[in-house]
Amino acid sequence: MALSNLDNLYRQVILDHSSHPHHHGHLENTNYDTTMFNPTCGDVLKIEVEVVDNKIKDIAFSGNGCTISQASASMMTDTVINKDVSDAIRIADTFINVIVHPGEYKGKDLSILEDAETLTGVAQFPARVKCATLAWKGLKKALLSNNGTGVVGQVVHHEDD
Amino acid sequence: MVKDISKLRKDFPILDQKMNGEPLVYLDSAATTQKPKQVIDAINNYYLHDNANVHRGVYELSERATNQFEQVREKVRKFINAKSEREIVYTRGTTDGLNMIASTYGEAFIHEGDEIVISYMEHHSNLIPWQQLALRKHAKLKYIDMLDDGELDIEDAKQKITSKTKIVSIAQVSNVLGVINPIKELAELAHKCGAVMVVDAAQSIPHMSVDVQDLDCDFMAFSGHKMLGPTGIGILYGKLNLLDKMEPMEYGGEMINLVDLYDSEWTDVPWKFEAGTQDIAQVIGLGAAIDYLNEIGMDNITQYERSLVDYALPKLLSIKELTVYGPHDPEKHTGVISFNLDNLHPHDLATGLDMEGVAVRAGHHCVQPLMKYLKTPATARASFYLYNNKDDVDRLVDGIIETREFFKNGTI
Repeated sequence: MALSNLDNLYRQVILDHSSHPHHHGHLENTNYDTTMFNPTCGDVLKIEVEVVDNKIKDIAFSGNGCTISQASASMMTDTVINKDVSDAIRIADTFINVIVHPGEYKGKDLSILEDAETLTGVAQFPARVKCATLAWKGLKKALLSNNGTGVVGQVVHHEDD
Repeated sequence: MVKDISKLRKDFPILDQKMNGEPLVYLDSAATTQKPKQVIDAINNYYLHDNANVHRGVYELSERATNQFEQVREKVRKFINAKSEREIVYTRGTTDGLNMIASTYGEAFIHEGDEIVISYMEHHSNLIPWQQLALRKHAKLKYIDMLDDGELDIEDAKQKITSKTKIVSIAQVSNVLGVINPIKELAELAHKCGAVMVVDAAQSIPHMSVDVQDLDCDFMAFSGHKMLGPTGIGILYGKLNLLDKMEPMEYGGEMINLVDLYDSEWTDVPWKFEAGTQDIAQVIGLGAAIDYLNEIGMDNITQYERSLVDYALPKLLSIKELTVYGPHDPEKHTGVISFNLDNLHPHDLATGLDMEGVAVRAGHHCVQPLMKYLKTPATARASFYLYNNKDDVDRLVDGIIETREFFKNGTI
């Protein structure tokens, strides 16, 4: 049955993250944040980061979204917490690239993505790529913003494709 | 000869294919409809045999293209029962038409303190043009309330439409809830207060017989691609005396009588609104779509879609954990049905259905204020058209149930 394809997208670990997301909520000390909109579905995702000595000391996300975007945000926070900012950005770039250009990463070691590696199967579901990459683009946007408060971001269709 | 509605599926070759290994069930006609071979052939034939720019050449080929182009104007006039074919303006689509009214009629006749009345169920294309006009002019934008089942609250409309109201603009059918709004009554209310009535007919024209004189609306906008026609072509209907008063939105070729170095004079309505080379092939495709719809008969289409909704609504309502938005009475519904499974984002539901070959829309459907009103960020939406059948409904219902089970158990 065709619905069994769903197993490839919604692996158990993804369903677990989405029903019990990690780092969901708000931070007391935020110095970088951004709000991302997925204009095709109206989903909103806020990312708050506390950076101390160039290291992500704490991170949280809030907002609503589908299973994929919520799980992805949860996994992203797990992956980048306690990492240097530059490492976090490198991991986010890798994650986004793997999903947008999966062919280039065949057989490559993706262990730096930790749990989020299970999400890379979303590349086979082009309609859901934006859901999976939203949180990671948000992280980059927050960390790369000049004034430290982030700017309102939006998923742009041609971005990173 | 009236076409047999149950046998017309073969006219839509696109439907005969598989998606994710399952036969395609296309339930997104509210976004865009599929095109019958007759429409595709008309566009092909135009390019193969009749292509030339219209209104320009003195040669036979151009004359032939011009005739076909202008004949469609008459077809559209008849289709919506306008008084004159000069009341039919070609546009790029509903959005283009509504923007044209806001930025020409609205720009000239809306002043500080005036009111524009719309509703919570308006598509962004019938909301943002008025919202921005109101901001530019320091006018007031007012929203008519809705009843609990998603119908427009006509009592509230009577309160909101006042002597300050200059424009009332409402969708004849909601693209999310499928409810049919009482345009005739609203037009009466608007006219009593001296306001003009604008109708967004994008979701009604394809599904029901529409008579602009009977509704007594002042403007109406709709799209070709939602009524079996091609993308890139739409219609703006306007009463002649109003169109005459409006300035053109775009300047260029074919919309002038006379161009001087420092001033110009416009040609007549509707051509003064059609600057530059028009979407000629798309106009001809729209003409073929109207022929196709007429062959079936709009009342037959309405009746057929109602039979599908009659069949679908009770089945959907019986699914545990499924919320169906809008009225539950099939009489108050077109073939548009929005729903959500408890605790599951509509994107996930739509992906589940996609794996079953069932194409539905998931999202805010360009109606964010309505989503706020319904207290949900997004819904899944199935929309039926004349090429759907009861098997399609069954496939939808089975797909929803199976998707629900998958997410409940984490597997099939």
